[in-house]
Amino acid sequence: MKSAAATPPYTLNHPRWYRKRVSTYWWLQRWEYLRFVLREISSVFIAIFVVETLFQIYALSRGPESYSVFLSVLKNPFVFALNIISFLFVVFHSITWFNLSARAMSIRVGGKKVPGFLISGPNFVAWFVISAVIAWLLLRA
Amino acid sequence: MDAQPTKLRIEPLLWILFSAGGVVAAFLIPIHLFVLGIATPLGWTKTTEYASATAFLAFPIVRLYLLVLCSLPLFHAAHRIRYTLYDGLQIKHLNEVIAVACYGGAVVGTVIAGYLLWNFV
Amino acid sequence: MANTIKLEVSRYSPETDAAPHFQTFEVPFRRDWVVLDALNYIKDKQDGSLTYRWSCRMGICGSCGMLVNGEPKLTCATFLADYAPEPVRVEPLRNFPVVRDLVIAMNDFMRKLQKMKPWLIRKEEKPVSEGEYLQTPEELEAFKQYSMCINCMLCYAACPVYGLDPLFSGPAAIALAQRYNLDSRDQGSKDRFPVLSQHDAIWGCTFVGECTRVCPKHVDPAGAIQQYKLTAALDWVKSVVMPWGGK
Repeated sequence: MKSAAATPPYTLNHPRWYRKRVSTYWWLQRWEYLRFVLREISSVFIAIFVVETLFQIYALSRGPESYSVFLSVLKNPFVFALNIISFLFVVFHSITWFNLSARAMSIRVGGKKVPGFLISGPNFVAWFVISAVIAWLLLRA
Repeated sequence: MDAQPTKLRIEPLLWILFSAGGVVAAFLIPIHLFVLGIATPLGWTKTTEYASATAFLAFPIVRLYLLVLCSLPLFHAAHRIRYTLYDGLQIKHLNEVIAVACYGGAVVGTVIAGYLLWNFV
Repeated sequence: MANTIKLEVSRYSPETDAAPHFQTFEVPFRRDWVVLDALNYIKDKQDGSLTYRWSCRMGICGSCGMLVNGEPKLTCATFLADYAPEPVRVEPLRNFPVVRDLVIAMNDFMRKLQKMKPWLIRKEEKPVSEGEYLQTPEELEAFKQYSMCINCMLCYAACPVYGLDPLFSGPAAIALAQRYNLDSRDQGSKDRFPVLSQHDAIWGCTFVGECTRVCPKHVDPAGAIQQYKLTAALDWVKSVVMPWGGK
């Protein structure tokens, strides 16, 4: 189907042009790239939370002894440290997510573009309110 | 690579799942992780004790909420991890394998969540 | 302040070199000089073989894009005073093949831009006798930002996805497609959709956002791409829910 003169979708190798290979550690070479990769890695900690929640539901379904094993695992120092780190990363996800989604939307009011912080601001407020409601429901000593 | 205007592409669906999962994760996961991973081991709350947690799970709406809380963020994570592996480690030759593993993992997680929550007693 | 400043310039001669190397030049330091002035001084007085692109020297032609201390910049808009007394490192734009010294090959970008059909597409051209197309200020605002692109390719030098995936269309090409999609005079959105909704076009973008940060004309290509992702996703939903109608 391709004709003999079909152009490739990228620039062919020219013997005299210099092409630098992108290093596997490209994401360490600039602070902006590292921040981007950390932002993406926050999704791993989101997955870790889901796995922990699934274990919690599973342990609950197996009875009180099984569940108290689960609770004591949560108290393990390594697991606790992991959860602290995970917490920081999921908060990082939320902050970057609200900022990103503000930039990804183009909302015009009366012909003028709504500035980003007017979109992300309400999102942050909603985040605090929702978190406060859930905290009120679930944090009872 | 040829454009395929009539073929139904899957990328828009994956992106929609990624976005929905990102929203759910952004609003809900920080506080839930705080409750589960920090407040519970430190004894700051009684709601995650056996009796109370089981009582919560009696409500179908709670189970539905947990299903959404577990499923959509998994798809979000799958999408992001897939692209990070693709771009970050430059292992493009494993592209199909990575995609199947990531989204497959999210599907498996969703099925497990659905099964656990449906059959919870 | 000292009255000279050092420039470490990347040199590459395809006839003799296997890879680029740096050559240091010492040029006069003037408060009002930009990097381009320093390069012109070098070529004028020190080494006539130094090869680089430039034209308008006022930030509108898009020719003089290079890496200054690793950051994509227009050298006609980058003041030496911001770097003095440290030496300034000047390299060709990242992610492009180097032809010679500071000159890169832009064929890839030109081809990808052309694929986007960056022109007004009409089902039927309006004859001149019917007069001009009329456009309100609001309709102009909808796409004006994306029309500011000067094709300087700083965004391609900043985009890690473009560096990693040679098939990726890149920020400017997609932003320019959006410039036409959002133009009220244009009727070609459906023509551009198959080209844009591809893995190596919008779906390859992971919203790093570096393109928007380095753009000298504040085009915000990252925003354009994400907005188009939403458009394409909604289109997809429509085509699934109503496969018969719409188009």
